[in-house]
Amino acid sequence: MSGAEKINAKVSNIIKLNDLVTRFEFERTDGQLFPTFSGGAHTVIELKDGDLTRRNPYSLMSDPMDQDGYSISVRRDDEGRGGSLFLHNNIKIGDDVVLSHPVNLFSLDLRAKKHLMIAGGIGITPFLAQIKQLDRSHGNWELHYSVRNQSLGTYVNDLMAMHPNDVNIYYDDEKNFIDIVNLLDGQPLGTHLYICGPKGMIDWVVNEASKLGWPNETIHYEEFLAPKPGKPFQVKLSASNKVVNVGENESLLEAIEREGVDAPYLCRGGACGQCETSVIEADGEFIHRDHWLEDDDKSSGKKIMPCVSRFDGKTLVLDR
Amino acid sequence: MTIQFKDETFRDDYTFKNSEWAVKRFPFPFHEDSYMYSVNMEQHKGGPEGSIYEKRFDVDEHYISEMRDRSEVLKDDPLRCQSLPHMTLAGWDLLELIMISKSEDYPDLFELHRNGNNWRWINKPMQIDHSFTFLDDATLPYGPMEYITRQTQGDFVILDQRESNLWMDAGMVTTQADWSLDFDIGMNFFEWHAPVPKAHEMGIFTRALKFLLNIQQGAPARRLNWTMTVNPLLDTSPENYHKWGVQKGTLNPKNIGEKQYLRVELQTFFRLPRSNALVFPIRCYLASFDDLMTVPKWGRRLHRVIRDLPEELATYKGFIDNRPMMLDYLSQYDDGKPTSDGIWPDLQTEPARD
Repeated sequence: MSGAEKINAKVSNIIKLNDLVTRFEFERTDGQLFPTFSGGAHTVIELKDGDLTRRNPYSLMSDPMDQDGYSISVRRDDEGRGGSLFLHNNIKIGDDVVLSHPVNLFSLDLRAKKHLMIAGGIGITPFLAQIKQLDRSHGNWELHYSVRNQSLGTYVNDLMAMHPNDVNIYYDDEKNFIDIVNLLDGQPLGTHLYICGPKGMIDWVVNEASKLGWPNETIHYEEFLAPKPGKPFQVKLSASNKVVNVGENESLLEAIEREGVDAPYLCRGGACGQCETSVIEADGEFIHRDHWLEDDDKSSGKKIMPCVSRFDGKTLVLDR
Repeated sequence: MTIQFKDETFRDDYTFKNSEWAVKRFPFPFHEDSYMYSVNMEQHKGGPEGSIYEKRFDVDEHYISEMRDRSEVLKDDPLRCQSLPHMTLAGWDLLELIMISKSEDYPDLFELHRNGNNWRWINKPMQIDHSFTFLDDATLPYGPMEYITRQTQGDFVILDQRESNLWMDAGMVTTQADWSLDFDIGMNFFEWHAPVPKAHEMGIFTRALKFLLNIQQGAPARRLNWTMTVNPLLDTSPENYHKWGVQKGTLNPKNIGEKQYLRVELQTFFRLPRSNALVFPIRCYLASFDDLMTVPKWGRRLHRVIRDLPEELATYKGFIDNRPMMLDYLSQYDDGKPTSDGIWPDLQTEPARD
């Protein structure tokens, strides 16, 4: 079986937080306790959509110590391939879902003397769990959270009420932006930096931190890519001897799974490296979109990450 | 079955002995008639009833005496147990994992009662009945890792995961095959493996690290490793080499069967949930050559493996000088008959005698 171990659960509550974001809460169907987890972990939620099995990763935002339930907060993406839309429009209280055991690709470095968190939009979710974890161990942290406007400030009121001294909110529509250079410059020795948000924000903060001489090992970020739609293509799976057509709105990994071939995965967002697959033969262009492969791996044409990357050309044969 | 705990020593007079039960469940590490390194990992999800694979943390007849030996080692050398400051949460993770596993797997020996963070732990074989507050260090007599590993057979290394590497940042190491926690503490995966011959060229470590970094909650893994030890010594540490190294010279053709031990490590790997660290329990099992020869398949196979082992490996494992004497002894038990695949004794399917 691929992916992390699975847990059968059902939707226990759905709470609309604002125009875009809804919280989904889950409880186990077997009456047992959920495993604890470390702040920053995600779960992959498995949903049946007709014949299609959707598997989407979301950060766990509930208290890592709370074993009675897990929660995720999902931003509706009207442009994507429908994973978040399906959750928003089709999932009802009481529905059965399958959750993976937590997997953490964005964990706190517990050696840090201080944790400096930079969040943009829905990127707030892993920090919510990390803050709960750090509060319990009296950790030193500070959050800078940028949102579009007051009405889309997911969890802003909760955060401000509970941690007025550690949370700083920035509203785009009020031209209120994080002064990153001064913020980074004033940090005490031993501070670690964590960024979760849109790609542009991650690149900007990482770049500024590097320019200021922050060591790489003190900079942590998480960017899950959602697979993007693209031109349909055909792939031959050599080990399982199958030819698979990858549709416009499915990823290569999803198409492989649809054909009953068990392929490894964890994050399904181009970050963890688990689904790395060898290319046996290719005549065409790779559309690499992952964060995992090194540039020379990408240009070699010998490797592909089927969770987010695609292919445009005549022939593609994979060792799978 | 009820385990009959033994009162025995792993030093000085060496009264350690395996019962017939312990010999038959010994983790013989060779699944075929030859040996080379490999990333021989499998899921740690139980195993045949009564085997050392069955429970998450195996308890056997040597439990009480091994724990006494550990406390004596620690009395002489407290640095065998170390935990860097950021590893305390991982220590609690380990305490929780072991207490839950042992109380579920051995309900007649261990009990755990939880009411929120108020916990009561009962360890009947060691006569411990202790109430404490989970995640509150002040309520335990030792740090959480030291507390629970003074009550659990096997060495424990806790690895912090960061920068796509594993860092040896905590451990309890008193039954080790000639390596030192005090020396390795704070090193990363490649640094502490630097002395191992051949494996680097084979790309073993790069692949093993990749595997370990991806071990997930709820999906522990395991493998066997092995070496040779003269006398049933648990503490074969570099710190004490001056005491045990010389004992290798006491072997002679008369005493080799009882003095030469095959030392096997059951290595398991668990992802720790609260800290995202990885714990690496290394459980040592000892069986004398005489013990092993009671299983004919193991007699044949051990002879063939030791005979054909590359010289670098016999040197690294520390028995190159004694190998000719071992082979003289072992060859008596190799009748040239075929052996079955796998590590199990297979006594029922022994080839017919000539």
